[in-house]
Amino acid sequence: MASPLIRVEDLGRDYRLGDVNVTALTGVSLEIQAGDFVSVMGPSGSGKSTFMNLIGCLDRATTGRYWLNGEDVTRLSPDQLAGLRNRHLGFVFQNFNLLPRATALENVELPMLYAGVPPAERHRRAREQLERVGLGERMAHYPRQLSGGQQQRVAVARALVNRPPMILADEPTGALDTRTSQELMALFQALNDSGITLVLVTHEHDIARYGKRILTFRDGRRVADQPVADRILAGTEPAAAP
Amino acid sequence: MNTLDTLHSALGSLRANKLRSALTALGIIIGVAAVITMLAVGEGARERVSEQLKSLGSNLMLVLPGTITSSGVRLGSGSRNTLTQNDAAAIQEEVAGVLAAAPALRGSGQLVAGNLNWASQIYGITPEYMIARDWRILRGRGLDENDLRTAAKVALVGQTVADMLYGGSDPTGQTLRVKHVPFTIVGLLASKGQSFGGQDLDDVVLIPISTARGRILGQAQGRLQTVGQISVKMRDGADMQQAEEQVSALLRQRHRIQPGQDSDFFIRNLSEVVEAEQAASRTLSGLLAAVASVSLLVGGIGIMNIMLVSVTERTREIGIRLAVGARQRDILIQFLAEAVILSLFGALAGIALGVGGAHLLGHLADWNIIVQPLSIGLSVFFAAGIGIFFGWYPARKAARMSPMDALRYE
Repeated sequence: MASPLIRVEDLGRDYRLGDVNVTALTGVSLEIQAGDFVSVMGPSGSGKSTFMNLIGCLDRATTGRYWLNGEDVTRLSPDQLAGLRNRHLGFVFQNFNLLPRATALENVELPMLYAGVPPAERHRRAREQLERVGLGERMAHYPRQLSGGQQQRVAVARALVNRPPMILADEPTGALDTRTSQELMALFQALNDSGITLVLVTHEHDIARYGKRILTFRDGRRVADQPVADRILAGTEPAAAP
Repeated sequence: MNTLDTLHSALGSLRANKLRSALTALGIIIGVAAVITMLAVGEGARERVSEQLKSLGSNLMLVLPGTITSSGVRLGSGSRNTLTQNDAAAIQEEVAGVLAAAPALRGSGQLVAGNLNWASQIYGITPEYMIARDWRILRGRGLDENDLRTAAKVALVGQTVADMLYGGSDPTGQTLRVKHVPFTIVGLLASKGQSFGGQDLDDVVLIPISTARGRILGQAQGRLQTVGQISVKMRDGADMQQAEEQVSALLRQRHRIQPGQDSDFFIRNLSEVVEAEQAASRTLSGLLAAVASVSLLVGGIGIMNIMLVSVTERTREIGIRLAVGARQRDILIQFLAEAVILSLFGALAGIALGVGGAHLLGHLADWNIIVQPLSIGLSVFFAAGIGIFFGWYPARKAARMSPMDALRYE
């Protein structure tokens, strides 16, 4: 078997709050293979978001090691981590995190701006991805002119545009209604079917079941790692009927 | 991120907060305008002073005879007749940049015209003296080589002498007795006013040096042809210091003075006065510019202040950019570009305001105003420098944010 896309060993993260040391994550070791669809679950403060930030190279571990695609990223410089995020990772956040003063198209172009892609190709690829997520008609709209679901699709298009092998989604349905959430999960499943690895953080069990595997965190530790027995496949949801 | 993208992004951010950007730039606008206006006023003042000094004879030096030392008592300048007309001719020929080297005899005496009399300064001169001392003829003619050769009894009179003896009527053609010798007045001199020391420069009578040498100033010294002073006028732009050294070296050689011995003559010039005046006006311009620079500095601090606010406000945007792959340098350059664009925009508007303001001020206050291209170039340079200097800290603060903390910022 090829080396896993993600491998972490004894991963931990402490924060200092004044004089107190808070352990947000401790002793996590696991692997995620390319093509997997992993849901990360747990209550608030369980360490699931910390785990997500660490494997997303947005934060640095205080203990343990992390290999992304076989590369030890634990000791990389901030700029090297930026390069990794740019080329290997796509992010989707709960609150969309789009630039408010940029159009949908400009938001999707942003990662390519930092990848040094020439303008003509930037436009072409951004259009392509917006069409892929079904927003071909709304490229010139600003985020405030789009619904929550549409904004999240722009975010997904932005995450996809540098063709990363993996997308990390942190509570992507947290600000969406049930129907829009289901549409987004259908999009994620379609992306996963096309070979993109997905890591999804959620506290809703119904959303987690769209994945293939569920990691459960509690008090900074991974307490369970199970395949999804009763997986929901897009289009078969009981509540999906209009 | 390439330059065009950076520029586009920076302009977009500045446009999003138009009023704030304009107010921030206003600090720089006022600063640059103040610097340009003050430098223009200072430079105008300096040139006016310099012109006035030039008309007073700034590139003139005076060679005076040396002193007699008798039993340790030095009798002062002029007590020995060491200078000759040949010395003047040699200076004229051998020192580079000399416009005129004019020998003169000087004395005073009683003037009589009709039933009026008046004591005045009497100068025995050559035609070069008119050039060296900037004398112009208001009426009549000047002295010429013929007057000199024949020791003609002709005289030029100053305005004061004319007023005192002829009551303001045209003195040319009239007879003037100088120390009882009758002269014909051939010309009236244009008025020069007072000297630095308050001396009336128009209270003079000029006669040919050859005429003066005989009876009038009583210095018949045979063939030596001694003179009381030599006025040396240099061409514009000549180095007075260097000219003085050359004149000194030439005369020492002519007078056979051994190295280490004192010279038997003195050299005086006005360039020290000129330098003092110019230094004073330079100090004035410097002071004005320094005061104006303070407002530029305040403008720079305004930029820093607003950039810090902007960085804090846009923490989440920074987080987003970092998350999708912006390097620290990308963020640094983005914010620096905004600061520099703000200050350059301020500089351009400030130049327009400063040049306009300087001319308006010159018009209203009737001041001499000179806007130097250099001051405009300097303003742009300094404004860019201020943008970088005061934008650096906020930009670095932005660039060093942790992506996770920035994304979480509310």
